[in-house]
Amino acid sequence: MTVARRLIPCLDVKNGRVVKGVRFVELRDAGDPVACAAAYDRDGADEITFLDIGATHEARDILLDVVARTADQVFVPLTVGGGIRARSDVDAILRAGADKVSINSAAVKTPELVNEVADAYGRQALVVAIDARRVNPLDPAAGWRVYTHGGRVDTGLDAIAWADEMARRGAGEILLTSMDRDGTGEGYDLALVRAVVERVAVPVIASGGVGTLAHLEEGVRPIARGGGGADAALAATIFHDGHFSLSEAKAYLRARGVPVRATEEGR
Amino acid sequence: MSDARPHLCMVDLGMGNLRSVERALRAALGDVSLVVTRDPGAVREARAVIVPGQGAFGECSVALARDGGALARALVDHIAAAKPYLGICLGLQVLFEGSEEAPGRGGLGVFKGHVRRFREGMRDDDGALVKIPHMGWNEVRAEGVPCLPARGWFYFVHSYHVVPAPDEAGLARATASHGETFVAAVSRASVLGVQFHPEKSQREGLALIKRFYDTEVDR
Repeated sequence: MTVARRLIPCLDVKNGRVVKGVRFVELRDAGDPVACAAAYDRDGADEITFLDIGATHEARDILLDVVARTADQVFVPLTVGGGIRARSDVDAILRAGADKVSINSAAVKTPELVNEVADAYGRQALVVAIDARRVNPLDPAAGWRVYTHGGRVDTGLDAIAWADEMARRGAGEILLTSMDRDGTGEGYDLALVRAVVERVAVPVIASGGVGTLAHLEEGVRPIARGGGGADAALAATIFHDGHFSLSEAKAYLRARGVPVRATEEGR
Repeated sequence: MSDARPHLCMVDLGMGNLRSVERALRAALGDVSLVVTRDPGAVREARAVIVPGQGAFGECSVALARDGGALARALVDHIAAAKPYLGICLGLQVLFEGSEEAPGRGGLGVFKGHVRRFREGMRDDDGALVKIPHMGWNEVRAEGVPCLPARGWFYFVHSYHVVPAPDEAGLARATASHGETFVAAVSRASVLGVQFHPEKSQREGLALIKRFYDTEVDR
């Protein structure tokens, strides 16, 4: 046994509310990120990620309040990303009670920020998110490029080399999203996940495309057995839409030999 | 209880994550009397001490050595008096003599042994790289610690782990595996040191805090 593969539900938050909503039957307010995080926590989430998609300073203050209230009642690691531009944003989010920050565009614009944050807080507090798109959708051998601003801006950077540079600069983990697969429900871009896992020595979180529990399993299955080899699987829609619960996903993975954390319900 | 002293004293070594631990203590124990301090006098007053820590051994050692080592002495005396001590991560590691992370910087030396780094380049059964830091949930197997279940899942974030000296028999009470088997918890008298983070280990973590308080502090 080694460290368990992690399941990480991701909540998109805008102006203090969950975007897209989460369909939990028992939830009184499906739009409240604190209530959603607590529900995921109860259901066995190994970590929880908030992605802030609001952009204004006002929205930022609301987010910090949400983070603080979540940290008061959720006792698994909490990662917060979205809209982080400077060191001061990082400081504020960690001070509010997040365990990790996730930075994306800011790392492309100012790669030194990665070194700075890792030096100040340790690399375990820093996730670098990479949105990657295939150069040729039909041919993984053509490689992947890094996109920013929600997939709208092509940076021209090679995604695999970029992941390597981020890990070297101090990223504690790489959150790797396939823009080709995101929202499709067709499964992770396993070739992309494998390519990054084989290049970097830090944990890789696979993201983008999960539509079934089998997709989660493929993502974290070892490369030697045809999987992506990711250390963690992040998903949003399949958990939010109520099709699958975290505990069902855990049970599915455990039945297929994936080391996952047992929770009291899942014993 | 008539004893007016604070029940718990959380030692601030400037190592971050204090708020997380404080939140977990309040969630697990309710309206407990708690002070957060780096004042050696407050440590001496306290019934029980909690030393959290996430960061570097060297900085931790420096914090303990300030003011002629007054804080270090207060902690050593506290433990020598068989008063409850809960060390988390670095709060466990500093109980030993020193660490590979900071050669030349001493720990409290309450226990003989050192802190070593995980071996680099280890592979698991599937040929995948064993990653350092060891970050995430791992299964802990414990024996004879009232506060710990025989098997439980806890959240770890660390690159170094304690290696008690061979003559410290019975000190290591729990192990976990990450490329190699390592000591996940030590326990002796009223001292409990855990390498994982109860404050991030959901129910099992809060339950550990509660049991520590019930068995060691609120007797």
